[in-house]
Amino acid sequence: MNYLSIKKSIKQYAMTITLIAITLLFEFLTKGVLLSPQNITNLIMQNSCILLLSIGMMLCILTGGNIDLSVGSVLAFVGAINGKLIITKEMPIHFVISLVIFLGFLIGAWQGFWIAYVRIPSFIVTLSGMLIFRGLAVLTLKGMTLTPFPNIFQEISGGFVFNFLKIKYKTQFVTYTFALILTIIYICLQVLKRNKKERRDNIYLFLIKNVFVCIVIFLCVTPFANFKGIPIILIILGIITLFYSFVTQKTIYGRYVYAVGGNEKAAKCSGIDTNKVLFYVYVNMSVLAAIAGIVFSSRTNSASPQAGINFELDAVTSCYIGGASASGGIGTIMGAIIGGTVMGVLNNGMSIMGIASDVQMTIKGIALITAVAFDVISKNSKVIRNVV
Amino acid sequence: MGVEKTMNHKFVSENKQYNENVLEICDVEKVFGETKALNKVNLSIKKGEIRALVGENGAGKSTLINILCGIYSHHKYTGKIFLEGKECKFKKVKDSEDVGISVVHQEFTLIPQMSIAENVFLGNEKHKNFIIDWKLTKNKAKEILDRVGLKENGETSVKDIGIGKQQLTEIAKALNKKVKVLILDEPTAALNEEDSNNLFNLLLKFKETGITSILVSHKLEEVMKIADSVTILRDGKVIETLVKGIDEISRNRLISGMVGRKVEYYFPKKNSNTDCVDCNVFYEIKNWNVKHHNIKDKYVVKNLNMYIKKNEIVGIAGLAGSGRTEFAMSLFGKLYGRDISGSVYKNGKEIYINSVSDAINNGLAYVSEDRKNYGLDLSDNVKRNISIVNLSKICTKSKIIDERKEKEIANYYKQIFNIKTNSIECETRKLSGGNQQKVVLSKWIFSNPDLLILDEPTRGIDVATKHEIYTFMNNLVKQGKSIIMISSEMTEILGMSDRIYVMNSGKIVGEFYNSEVSQEIIMECIVKTS
Repeated sequence: MNYLSIKKSIKQYAMTITLIAITLLFEFLTKGVLLSPQNITNLIMQNSCILLLSIGMMLCILTGGNIDLSVGSVLAFVGAINGKLIITKEMPIHFVISLVIFLGFLIGAWQGFWIAYVRIPSFIVTLSGMLIFRGLAVLTLKGMTLTPFPNIFQEISGGFVFNFLKIKYKTQFVTYTFALILTIIYICLQVLKRNKKERRDNIYLFLIKNVFVCIVIFLCVTPFANFKGIPIILIILGIITLFYSFVTQKTIYGRYVYAVGGNEKAAKCSGIDTNKVLFYVYVNMSVLAAIAGIVFSSRTNSASPQAGINFELDAVTSCYIGGASASGGIGTIMGAIIGGTVMGVLNNGMSIMGIASDVQMTIKGIALITAVAFDVISKNSKVIRNVV
Repeated sequence: MGVEKTMNHKFVSENKQYNENVLEICDVEKVFGETKALNKVNLSIKKGEIRALVGENGAGKSTLINILCGIYSHHKYTGKIFLEGKECKFKKVKDSEDVGISVVHQEFTLIPQMSIAENVFLGNEKHKNFIIDWKLTKNKAKEILDRVGLKENGETSVKDIGIGKQQLTEIAKALNKKVKVLILDEPTAALNEEDSNNLFNLLLKFKETGITSILVSHKLEEVMKIADSVTILRDGKVIETLVKGIDEISRNRLISGMVGRKVEYYFPKKNSNTDCVDCNVFYEIKNWNVKHHNIKDKYVVKNLNMYIKKNEIVGIAGLAGSGRTEFAMSLFGKLYGRDISGSVYKNGKEIYINSVSDAINNGLAYVSEDRKNYGLDLSDNVKRNISIVNLSKICTKSKIIDERKEKEIANYYKQIFNIKTNSIECETRKLSGGNQQKVVLSKWIFSNPDLLILDEPTRGIDVATKHEIYTFMNNLVKQGKSIIMISSEMTEILGMSDRIYVMNSGKIVGEFYNSEVSQEIIMECIVKTS
């Protein structure tokens, strides 16, 4: 580890450090309410939608700074159809869920077609989508809010893993067992990875790193153990995050997304079908918006035409705070999640403190410009240093 | 030859009578990295003179123009420029326009959607209290259009008029700025004969009114016809200035002045491929036609026929804008142009190339002249830039990238191409031009091509790296691959190619074996067909 790589990793973890700092600040300001078991569970349930959207949004931004403005409306429209079919028509839930996810796919294909093959700027296409799907949502619900959903549907965002599985043991015991299994899987993977490497790092460093991660895992589940257990939505979110991290970092498709964002002309010259990449990025965004629509309906226990207003902006903010580059090609899924969490903690912390929403909005705006300015300025100064 | 001595002498003698000289350029030097684009250039131009600047690509003509029109601000070069005896220090283009130097660039700077009048007054609008005075604009425009002999309503959109008229609009734009020195960069490159003659008559008319013109041109015939004096530039130096009536201005003298440089680079020896004459044709391109991307019905490549044998390096010589790059890009998966027609054969069998991945699958690879835009993702690291073109080779069946293999491959190419970087994880932005070019080459070798198209493979690269790249090329050919090399450097074409095609205005205008050709013959071939 030389000086440069340390510097690089500090930059890499800058957002994580910021997140921890903000969390500790609000923990102090709210006199311990922020990190209370109940509030943490709340925090996760509240922010799950935005986090889902920011995962998809990160892919859009990666392909060249494009954003999808329609996600809030798509979420509302999908929620409306979902509510109509489950509440009014009383169709089976799992059938409706797969149907509305497919609907998300179709919406994405519609927008992706205009963006990727006709080459209308994504801003315009998704702006039109924002109007179209908001309109359709209101039309579907005739302007009314539908409620309530069956209990089992509410469980998606409000339920806890062990209640759901009807396990009768003590929450604490089960949760810690769960954490233990997770830790064992993690350590096995790490050992396997280490054995594959030719040049291994120091064994002590390896041990310290793993022990640290285990402690973090146990610390993280403690609040859940002391409350009602691990929320189902956290598991869903975790799986989706891991899946997209894997796809973007390890597969050909992921590499193509980065290549298109980094330099589309060069990507095209390298034989990548850049249109196809763009198309699927927007398809994927709408599918995730559909999933977020289901989660949102479940959490609010209603299908409302007003659902998801301004969610697109929150998702974009999360990505930029999480280190995405406005010109594309730079950013990670974990970054989006961390950025989203920073936003969530800011929101939640300020609400607990009783700060008015106008002030909250201002502070969030300042947070966004600070994060992006930090990124841009640090990049510029790097370029200057290179020239000299 | 004592040319420089006479130049200095001339310069001193002219300096005494500077009243006559509208423009004086003294000891101007401009350096890009390690190469001197201009090396102590001295020029004096009289009022009302038509001065021609000739020279090969890279001789320093464009650099000189950019200095004169303020694109390179005065602290980015050394030396002095005097206009009418007053020293000029331009910070931006506006400064040079204000004192009366206007440039008509080769690439037009008109806005197609706007009208002729709007374009003429762009950046210089006739207004009252910031409200555009359309009546005045119209009248003034008519006046200026009459002066340049453009018979067209000022309200016509620029996109609706022909290229000759667009050229006149450009000149009108320059005139509107009270021009003293008009610089024309390849003004007739896109014009037909009639338009060109009109333009020259216009320049002669300007001459009478005391406007000085500097004409940059590759067309020696027109230079000899119109210019009062000709300055030959080569490798950033003024070779000589010939004055009409005093010196003999002949085509031979101009050509030998333009190309007469010694071979500067050492080209690695290779086994001569004379036995290749009998080889079978490997790739063949027949009746290749490409139309311009935007301009309707303009052919950038016309009826091109070409063949490449195994183990052969085929050079394509020609000037910038002769359609070489457009040909290569249209061949490589229709990256450029529209209405592409023609057929491609590999080993006698026709192949169909509709996309870049088709091209790659048929064994083609194209290393662009513009590596920063078309070759690399500068924000990404060396490793990923190399692997992107052939990811499936380092993947498991489920399309998951094997990063260990990726690293191995990147390190392998780092070693064989001698890429100078701390690590393959380094961003390509931080590499020098030569090393960036090596990354692009690695990438395309990794795609395992049969025919490698290299477009200006050594542009902006230092001599040592050039030599390395030449060696790689020879090794590749030895391994049974073929290479098409597009280059504007004559020495490179002559030093590396087995066979040479000469291209001009989208057509092949000559084909030579290396043994039967010289720089003069190639230049002659281009000039003859201009």
